[in-house]
Amino acid sequence: MDKFLGSSVTKKLVMAIVGLFLILFLLVHLGINFLLLIDDPAPFNGAAHFMATNVVVKVFEIVLLAGFLIHMIYGIILQIQNWLARPLRYKKTAFSQTSFFSKYMIYLGIIIGIFLFIHFMNFYFVKLGWVEGDHENFYGMANDLFQLPLYIVIYLVSFLFLAFHLHHAFQSAFQTFGLNDRYTPVIKKIGLIYSILVPLGFSIIPIVIYFFK
Amino acid sequence: MNITLKIWRQKNKLDKGKFVTYKLDGVSSEMTFLEMLDYLNEKLIKEDADPIAFDSDCREGICGMCGLYINGRPNGPEKGVTTCQLSMSVFKDGDKITVEPWRSKAFPVIKDLVVDRNSFDKLIQVGGYISANTGAAPEANSIPVKKENAERAFDSGTCIGCGTCVAACKNASAMLFVSAKISQLALLPQGQVEARKRVIDMINEMDNLGFGNCSNTGACEAECPKEIKLTNIARLNREYLKAF
Amino acid sequence: MTKLDAKIPEGPLAEKWTKYQASVKLVNPANKKNLDIIVVGAGAAGASAAASLAELGYNVKVYVFQDSSRRAHSIASQGGINATKNYKNDADSDYRLFYDMIKGGDFRAREANVYRAAEVSNNIIDQYVAQGVPFAREYSGYLANRSFGGVQVSRTFYAQGQTGQQCTLAAYQALSRQIKTGKAKIFTRRDMLDLVVIDGKARGIITRNLITGEIERHSAHAVVFATGGFGTVYYLSTLAINSNGSAALAAYKKGAFLANPSMAQIHPTCIPVLNDYQSKLTLMSESLRNDGRVWVPKEKGDKRPASGIKEEERDYYLERKYPAFGNLVPRDVASRAAKERCDEGYGVGDTGLAVYLDFKDAINEQGHDTIKGKYGTLFDLYKKVTGINPYKEPMRIYPASHYTMGGLWVDYNLMTTVPGLYAIGEANFSDHGANRLGASSLMQCSGDGYFILPVTIGDYLADQIKIPHISTDTSEFDEAEKAVKDKLNKLLSVKGTQTPTSFHKRLGHILWTYSGMKRNEEGLKKALLQVKELKEEFWKDVKVSGGLNELNHELEKAGRVADFFEIANLIIIDALNRKESCGAHFREEYQTPEGEAERDDKNYSYVATWEYTGENSVPELHKEDLVFEFVKPTKRSYK
Repeated sequence: MDKFLGSSVTKKLVMAIVGLFLILFLLVHLGINFLLLIDDPAPFNGAAHFMATNVVVKVFEIVLLAGFLIHMIYGIILQIQNWLARPLRYKKTAFSQTSFFSKYMIYLGIIIGIFLFIHFMNFYFVKLGWVEGDHENFYGMANDLFQLPLYIVIYLVSFLFLAFHLHHAFQSAFQTFGLNDRYTPVIKKIGLIYSILVPLGFSIIPIVIYFFK
Repeated sequence: MNITLKIWRQKNKLDKGKFVTYKLDGVSSEMTFLEMLDYLNEKLIKEDADPIAFDSDCREGICGMCGLYINGRPNGPEKGVTTCQLSMSVFKDGDKITVEPWRSKAFPVIKDLVVDRNSFDKLIQVGGYISANTGAAPEANSIPVKKENAERAFDSGTCIGCGTCVAACKNASAMLFVSAKISQLALLPQGQVEARKRVIDMINEMDNLGFGNCSNTGACEAECPKEIKLTNIARLNREYLKAF
Repeated sequence: MTKLDAKIPEGPLAEKWTKYQASVKLVNPANKKNLDIIVVGAGAAGASAAASLAELGYNVKVYVFQDSSRRAHSIASQGGINATKNYKNDADSDYRLFYDMIKGGDFRAREANVYRAAEVSNNIIDQYVAQGVPFAREYSGYLANRSFGGVQVSRTFYAQGQTGQQCTLAAYQALSRQIKTGKAKIFTRRDMLDLVVIDGKARGIITRNLITGEIERHSAHAVVFATGGFGTVYYLSTLAINSNGSAALAAYKKGAFLANPSMAQIHPTCIPVLNDYQSKLTLMSESLRNDGRVWVPKEKGDKRPASGIKEEERDYYLERKYPAFGNLVPRDVASRAAKERCDEGYGVGDTGLAVYLDFKDAINEQGHDTIKGKYGTLFDLYKKVTGINPYKEPMRIYPASHYTMGGLWVDYNLMTTVPGLYAIGEANFSDHGANRLGASSLMQCSGDGYFILPVTIGDYLADQIKIPHISTDTSEFDEAEKAVKDKLNKLLSVKGTQTPTSFHKRLGHILWTYSGMKRNEEGLKKALLQVKELKEEFWKDVKVSGGLNELNHELEKAGRVADFFEIANLIIIDALNRKESCGAHFREEYQTPEGEAERDDKNYSYVATWEYTGENSVPELHKEDLVFEFVKPTKRSYK
């Protein structure tokens, strides 16, 4: 078993498993976020409260957090190895027909990571009590934040980069699982749809709140 | 036609290396790229300059010995060709062509455009074979092989070990090379017995040799002169999962 | 005069090899680990021999000039590999393959060796399949076969147009496995520059490390040359540009006899010379003649495009002249016929030095996809080189230097006249006579490497077990190393004005003109003189740039070209000596009224072998008389 643990392919498998897990989580998160569009704060706060107190969710939360960390740490390790594999770069490079965003995954990932930190400052750390705030009323906090144009811009840009990240990530995960055959075109299509719709869904919320509420 | 070449010159492994620019006239579009370099070398020799070292052997795209990074792409702008098969007809008068060696930690430069691809041999040595001693083989038709699988195994087996995949990959990963051999042997019943050990050993060796990791970018597939498919890498991943 | 003993075992043809194996001396497994064997070259023959010898327990050291043993030019073999499996139920047998080869070689090969090659052919297929060679298969999952030039059965196993690559890589992989176990050691980027003979026995080699330039000594109890052919002596050839004859020449100069050097095969189906810069010619597999029809216009100098020439205006000359075999006549016949048509002015293309190979009818009959399945890789290759799509237009082809049937003389054990020096694969002369049939080269290389040499070498090594590790610190090694260094320094010191390649081109031109597909006494004598003059000019005016102690391709080339002069000389001397026409050797003075080769069995039924007698003296001829016990030499007719 130890032969497997450190290998590049195992690392990639872990990246892919965690990545798909995060992709699933994004869907749940988006579902809850849509509750922000309802004028009544109760459903959103209720969901937030449920997420904060339910034992199953608590366990799940640790897994999720670990997932984020592993995805980031492994991503960084793999990237450093990749840089080291070509100490002297080419002077001139042209683009060949490839999965375009795969070349920028680390940068996209870092930007998403920075956003995640801001996001945690605003909500998660509040919940944990590390940062001051009213963790009983995330609905109000969210609505307040979405009145700040700068925040909205940061938010939208982050989700644009998330879309790019997901575009490569989704199909790449299946390739890593060894699923590349006649289903690949379908997988690529689903990945494309997902990487557009989900970030778009997230992005609509602050825009609606800013302009219409 | 007249062209300007910007070529990487490096005396030996330890030398830092630099680009040198050469103006070359009288180039015919009928030449192959390597014949153009032969022509340049003849000229350099006449001028008492040091000719440019580059590898080539069969000059028909099958031995895998040649391989240059031309204008930002391995084997130049044409698809599905080795460097020796690249024709000068894809360039036009006045073009500026940058020529670099394969760049990868696992392929150190020996001189100018010549690199050491010994690491590919090492990969095969740890498991890219079926351990059938001479004389131990059963009658050839005793194990039928599905036509489709034999054809797929052949497609994977056409890899010439030139290193284009590593050169093209932004991570200098050898996954396409390794996966082609893993796939060829995994597709054949004869290769099943050692499949598990093979994939584990080859992956471990690949990591040890300093190749980068696959990020499913697909540059290898796009540039491979033998058009080896990315599905080979998926198959390798599958074989690896099976090995757990 | 004759010192040659072929050591052919007694007994009926079909029992010779079995009996030999039953009585051959063996080396105890415990003793094998004390015996070192050097293998030079690692193509289909060298790699399979090295792997098999290492499996047996010998310590094997392998030397290749490329960066990896996977690059040897056996990989370029396209069409297939023969075996007598008789999977097609077309009455094939060892005897039939043997007879086809003997006849195809125009009765200039040694019966016993050829029969043995046929005998082990089935084991080779078994071996390659077990090693993972993805041969073409039927829908049943069983192996597929196709027919090949010069025979009337379908016995050729193939992997599209890359059979050689697949087989050679299987051998390479088997060798790789032995390298990992430590039984075999590989030395890449090493040029073998001399053979070391101690007390009359081959005991080592001198190599140049092509990266550092260092001259190195390597010793062993036996030395195996699997160094391929020297067809590159013609400059343009289907071989790799670095293929060379230096190993054969080094052996020759150390006492190995060179046999039939003039038997050089000119392959009929190659992409024609396109321009003056060309560095090599690309082979189009002979298998294409299974479905392609060869033709030229009926009218001289007809320069219309092929599509504009109507059916009745085309001369399918092979079908016309050789109705029984048609487009599937052997290579020598097909090559000469093409040359004859072009010389008469019927050639096509800008140069007039090409004939058409047309797939129109095959595509109409069998469909585009079937043809693609059979020849897809070859059609792609053709298109890449010429820009012409052979699905739409006929291919243009012309003969090119390809394979040397001649080579180091070996006995039944594959040992040369230097004890302990073996030659296998194309490097030896034994199996193809005056003309090699298609798909028999891979077969012979693999047979020699996997199944024959590993047995026969034991016969010699059994007497060597008491000899400990051979020292490289001997006067013989000193001398050999000095000779190598002297030659390299001499090459560097000329500091003339012309590059080695320019000399090679000129040499190739002389040979192609006077000692190519057709030869005559006058031309050969002229060539002899011209080669001598060119050689003198070379040593006065060659310009080798760079130094000794670095990667220096020019120095490598210069050394090889220097050796090519001597090989060319031997080719011409041999061609002059053989006053008959047989196989690839066609003397214009000796032809039938219809222009076919006229053999002279009474006077020339022998292997001409040449012994080195000194730098500027004429080599001495030794004859191995060919005794045909089991077949009766007949007139070779494909009509």
